[in-house]
Amino acid sequence: MKIAIDPITRIEGHLRIEVEVQDGQVTDAWSSGTMFRGIELILKERDPRDAWVFAQRICGVCTTVHALSSVRAVEDALGITIPDNARLLRNLIAGAQLVQDHVIHFYHLHALDWVDVTSALKASPTATATIAQSISSYPKSSATYFKGVQDRLQAFVNAGQLGIFANGYWGHPAYKLPPEVNLLAVAHYLEALDWQRDFIRIHAILGGKNPHPQSYLVGGMATALNPDNESTVNADRLSLIGQLLQRGQDFVSQVYLPDVLAVATYYKDWAGLGTGLGSYMAYGDYPSDTRNRPETDFFPGGLILNKDLTTVLPVDHHHVSEYVTHSWYRYDEGDATGLHPWKGETKPNYAGPQPPFELVSDHDKYSWLKAPRYDGHAVEVGPLARMLIAYAKGVPAVQQLVNGALTALNVGPAALFSTLGRVAARAVEAQVMVQQLPNWLAQLEENMGRGDLTIHDTAHWDPSTWPSEGFGFGHHEAPRGALGHWVHVKDGKIANYQAVVPSTWNAGPRDAQGQRGAYEAALIGTPVANPEQPVEILRTVHSFDPCLACAVHVLDPKGREYANIRVV
Amino acid sequence: MGDPSAIEDGVWAAVERRGISRRDFLKFCSVMTTALALPMRYTDRIVRALEQTTRPALVWLEFQDCAGNSESALRASHPSFADIVLELLSWNYHETVMVPSGKAAEKSLLDTVNGEKGKYLVVVEGSIPLAENGIYCTIGGRSAVDIAKEVCSNAYATIAVGTCAAFGGIPAAGGGVTGAVGVGDAIPGLKLINLSACPMNGANLAATIVHWLTFKELPATDTLNRPLFAHGDRIHDACPRRAHYDAGQFVEEWGDEGHRLGWCLYKMGCKGPATSYNCPRIQWNDGTNWPIGVGHGCVGCAQPGFWDTMTPFYRTLPSVPGFGVETTAEQIGLGVVATVAGLTAVHAAGSVVRQRRANARAAAAAAAVEAGATPTTATTAITAAPASAPVSAADGKEQSGVESQKGTPS
Repeated sequence: MKIAIDPITRIEGHLRIEVEVQDGQVTDAWSSGTMFRGIELILKERDPRDAWVFAQRICGVCTTVHALSSVRAVEDALGITIPDNARLLRNLIAGAQLVQDHVIHFYHLHALDWVDVTSALKASPTATATIAQSISSYPKSSATYFKGVQDRLQAFVNAGQLGIFANGYWGHPAYKLPPEVNLLAVAHYLEALDWQRDFIRIHAILGGKNPHPQSYLVGGMATALNPDNESTVNADRLSLIGQLLQRGQDFVSQVYLPDVLAVATYYKDWAGLGTGLGSYMAYGDYPSDTRNRPETDFFPGGLILNKDLTTVLPVDHHHVSEYVTHSWYRYDEGDATGLHPWKGETKPNYAGPQPPFELVSDHDKYSWLKAPRYDGHAVEVGPLARMLIAYAKGVPAVQQLVNGALTALNVGPAALFSTLGRVAARAVEAQVMVQQLPNWLAQLEENMGRGDLTIHDTAHWDPSTWPSEGFGFGHHEAPRGALGHWVHVKDGKIANYQAVVPSTWNAGPRDAQGQRGAYEAALIGTPVANPEQPVEILRTVHSFDPCLACAVHVLDPKGREYANIRVV
Repeated sequence: MGDPSAIEDGVWAAVERRGISRRDFLKFCSVMTTALALPMRYTDRIVRALEQTTRPALVWLEFQDCAGNSESALRASHPSFADIVLELLSWNYHETVMVPSGKAAEKSLLDTVNGEKGKYLVVVEGSIPLAENGIYCTIGGRSAVDIAKEVCSNAYATIAVGTCAAFGGIPAAGGGVTGAVGVGDAIPGLKLINLSACPMNGANLAATIVHWLTFKELPATDTLNRPLFAHGDRIHDACPRRAHYDAGQFVEEWGDEGHRLGWCLYKMGCKGPATSYNCPRIQWNDGTNWPIGVGHGCVGCAQPGFWDTMTPFYRTLPSVPGFGVETTAEQIGLGVVATVAGLTAVHAAGSVVRQRRANARAAAAAAAVEAGATPTTATTAITAAPASAPVSAADGKEQSGVESQKGTPS
């Protein structure tokens, strides 16, 4: 029996999942992006200094990531080096994005696959308080507090208008948490809603606003630094950032991480589900200085094949290629070809069903996403990939947290290669990052204290200072994984622009060899107790933190379209 | 077009509109208690039951979007997203945050469309592709335009959030192939309010919802259907850096002295003079900051077609080809724009002239003092000093504030 789930909700963008279910298990899967924006041509002939503003609009959930990749790609093409303050500002903005994005993902996008909200109504607030206090020192943990949350939820349910909670899979047998842990999670779902909008004020201070901060520049940042002016980043602003970071550290270590471990305890069977490809890739990111020394990146890059943590291979973007064999495009050289982004082409060629339709997987081409491959391998990208690579490379903070989690859950390292592994890795990564952010702030303050207020390489702003031609690659480890932008600048204008984004790697379809993409592989073996309520499928899909708007490529200056953007 | 009083109200509010006093209403409730042979203490419960309001329903559709407006809505603080979703409205469909997927999610949408006809609000995020039978965006196997037609035409009103839903936005830039348009162009004749910007400021959506709940109608709008409370003024007119503009104090390079003093960003490409939005007043993220405040110019994101009319982003107004003609909410026309552009050019040129004359005065004064003159004679000496090389555009004219400038923006 085939089931189609569309829309997949609680993601970014438009995703459709079709699975073949036999004897209560998934035996095959197809991941399909159903939206294309065709932002082709629009960057053609434009000023490369404008590109980041356009590129950032690829996604508003993972805002900032495409802006950063874009300026890096153009800087690479033009041979521009940014000042150290700009490096620190970019690290702070990107790191804050990662932390906030992961928290929102767990509570507001993923949690309700594991947490039964209706069950929270049966909880004892006193017992909930006992559990809360046993797992964390977070001060909001009294019985009175949990009773307040429960009363608010009860009033909401009594009013009979369940809103976004209506038609949920409440009571599904796959929900395993006791009522008290459900109440705890619901309380923190609400806390996290307040926390996320407060924490991200860091973006407003350093980037003007969120979503879509506006202080990026080719050659640096536009964030004015001056301890002696009212309008600029001064001690007041630095102090506020410090305070927001402190609140972030408190929230991640006292709420997010303990909640993940508490919930995981009841779902250890998910440490054996959702494994998928078993191959993981990261470009690496968060530079330690401006000298382009990837070996000093805070998140190391690498490639792990077939779950072998003893061997981390190096990564070179020249080995990236994309297939459209099962995607709604055509290549001049035909469907069997894989093309590197610098030679990429995208000519949309819809070959799916006319709406309204029931299935896409009965068509040979079934998605607006292309299928990226590294050296022909289908790989997974994201927090799990990064934490596995960091763990394998012996990064102490990561090893400590990962080993701590494995011990707390009483599972072996094989548990990492799973749906639960992705959830845990995301929380570990948020913790590692939020602990690091104050160090970059301190470095920025130190620079400013020495009188260094430089934020931009002004000598190379004007196009007259650029080489007549350049090819650039700009990468970033975005919250959802390895992101790359490729640009060709000629005579001061963009001649060619391409992006291969994390969710294209993960959510992409089969390639010319018929190898499944990461979601498709991970869904094989997933139990499905009730095809009308496919919560188990959602658990694995959500563990990747899908961002389908991102999975689109953008423009090709020569009128060749790049990969599709699938916004879900 | 929906009727505001079609919004469901508790009995008390309905009764109040008919001029019945609270005292009489309470008397009525106690009479009912007796009639129902209930103990008197139940009067309170009857009062509360009659007061209880059914929350109005809202559904949120996403099409060719980046979800930036959904995220921006999560940043609202007064009221917060949680307040709105739990206590103010019945937030029935929103793919980014709702619990069910697939058919169960579709049920939530259709239950509202069919059960609350003419009474629910629909928010649309993202543009709608019209080309090729709508295959560039499908959800649940249906095309975006098909869904939008059904849901929007049965709603009380449509709120387009973000420039893509309002005016087509980035998918419509530079002639994109998907035939992307805003919802007002996809479905003519809707009762529509456009909360443009890229993304909209979530505070403006919260305010729009509260306005509707409080005043029982949508806010007044400009000719682009944008609410006046958020788009009534040009950024340039409310900008805290306006004094620097008026004094001719401009940033010339990123990170220069002027940049570190918070000077005007006009020369760095700021599109504030051509953009209407309330950024300078309410700012972003609980009033923390805004783009010009951090040190980067406005890109004009609240204006239709800004991806083409406001680019290159770093080229100074008015020499941006075909830049937006909206200067104030109600004044459209190249003439006005030319005047503004002209004033700006005169202003900028005037500032250069003033500075050069000031430099020349200072240089002449220094020279005079060195030659033994007293400061008074030095002053006399420098008033005779010639102006430096002529500047473009203004031909050396000092800014006079209302001088009109010939020609259109070049």
